[in-house]
Amino acid sequence: MLESFRAFFIQLAEDYPRWNFIFFYDERQWDRVVEGLYYTLLLSIACVIASVVIGIVGAWAQGSPKRWVRALVQGYIQFFRNTPPFVQLLFFYFALGQFTPTYSPDGWLEYPIISNVGWAIISLSFFAGAFNVEIFRAGIEAVPESTQEAASSLGFTRLQTYTEVVLPLAFRVSLPALNNNLVNLVKTTTQAFAIAVPELLYQSVSIWNDFPSAQYPTMLMLFVVYIGLVGILVLGMHRWEKAMRIPGYGVGA
Amino acid sequence: MADWTPDQPIVSVKEVYKSFGELEVLKGVSFDVMKGEVICIIGPSGSGKSTLIRCINALNDIQSGSITVEGQEVHAPNLDKLELRKKVGMVFQQYNLFPHKTALENIMMAPIKVLKEPKEQVAERARALLAKVRLEGKEDSYPGELSGGQQQRVAIARSLAMRPDVMLFDEVTAALDPETVKEVLVTIKDLAQEGMTCMLVTHEMGFAREVADHIYFTDRGVIVEHGPPATFFDQAQDPRTREFLSQIL
Repeated sequence: MLESFRAFFIQLAEDYPRWNFIFFYDERQWDRVVEGLYYTLLLSIACVIASVVIGIVGAWAQGSPKRWVRALVQGYIQFFRNTPPFVQLLFFYFALGQFTPTYSPDGWLEYPIISNVGWAIISLSFFAGAFNVEIFRAGIEAVPESTQEAASSLGFTRLQTYTEVVLPLAFRVSLPALNNNLVNLVKTTTQAFAIAVPELLYQSVSIWNDFPSAQYPTMLMLFVVYIGLVGILVLGMHRWEKAMRIPGYGVGA
Repeated sequence: MADWTPDQPIVSVKEVYKSFGELEVLKGVSFDVMKGEVICIIGPSGSGKSTLIRCINALNDIQSGSITVEGQEVHAPNLDKLELRKKVGMVFQQYNLFPHKTALENIMMAPIKVLKEPKEQVAERARALLAKVRLEGKEDSYPGELSGGQQQRVAIARSLAMRPDVMLFDEVTAALDPETVKEVLVTIKDLAQEGMTCMLVTHEMGFAREVADHIYFTDRGVIVEHGPPATFFDQAQDPRTREFLSQIL
């Protein structure tokens, strides 16, 4: 089966030279695609989790009674929302990356403690996190003040009110908007290409630089993979939305 | 101050002034509530009734004066809010149940999270409380699946689960339709008869006459007149009280 699969694509490339699906028969190119997919998944999962955490913490801090805390969160949002994520990525890696300490496992080479993958995760998480703060804030504002008063009159602290009452309700309201932002985030991980993170786009470009005849097939593969990845994410989010639906409350009541 | 004894007022309000910006809502209100007493605060809208009751469990702050609950000053800067809120239960006009929790979970949440009591013990008490407010069988219903009157009774049970010494009721029947008002009032009446100290802001004059030990009539931020129901309703002295009562009764 596998042999005939490979033979088919070898034959296809011979018959139609523009459609050289080289990664379907050349093991080294296949490995590149697999490695690219691994890094794309790593970036996506790490950034989705980190950006949601940033959103939750940021939205909590935004409701702080301390003015300087609110100002800090506001400054963070303005910076990361109003500048291009691509520029942020370059700034983090090339500018901040110079000041990070290095270590040397073998006594010869110096490695920075934050790799390019690390910087990509940090930069993209902060970028998406800024939007998530705003998304959760909108959800929090939809929770009636009186519900929070009820919690506080039962003796809940501000943090308990947030984690037990406000967040579970706000989260449900925020899910559709969060969904959109996370879809964007997964697609934005391709920009890590610029700092040589070996994710799927980076690997794809390497493949078609080495084998120009593989350009169309590789592009096609990129589209298919991203449609699949985002599809899985959206499907998962929809299921989650459904599972969290409260009988008699909100949508579907 | 800490050594409060039951022969002293459980809630004591002295010369309380409260304003929202320019608007002065309470202009020197004073009264005492003894343990086991049921008092009703009545008066026209905007007379400061709700504000007054909200100041007692520190949901609103005050500009001057003093409010003590069991000898503890509510508006001291170093107030232990948790201690206060263990003593004072509150029920709101809009029920304010947690919509993402079932009736039983609504009741159990605060004792578990705030009092850190064991779950099984709290569950048992919560079931008993649901039975007490006549809602057996609704344990697993979400607030959105309950009627207004049922939600309000869950809210009362939720407050009672904290074993408060004083219950505040802020126009708890104002959002209900007339048929369901009764089921909530019966629940409050049961509580009052068990000796719970209750402070109610209400427009239910018949109910006030029946259960209250003392009635306070407020208008424009002051207590205009007060007394036991019999004298209050039948021999009101102040023209403002009489006008209000004539409109309502």
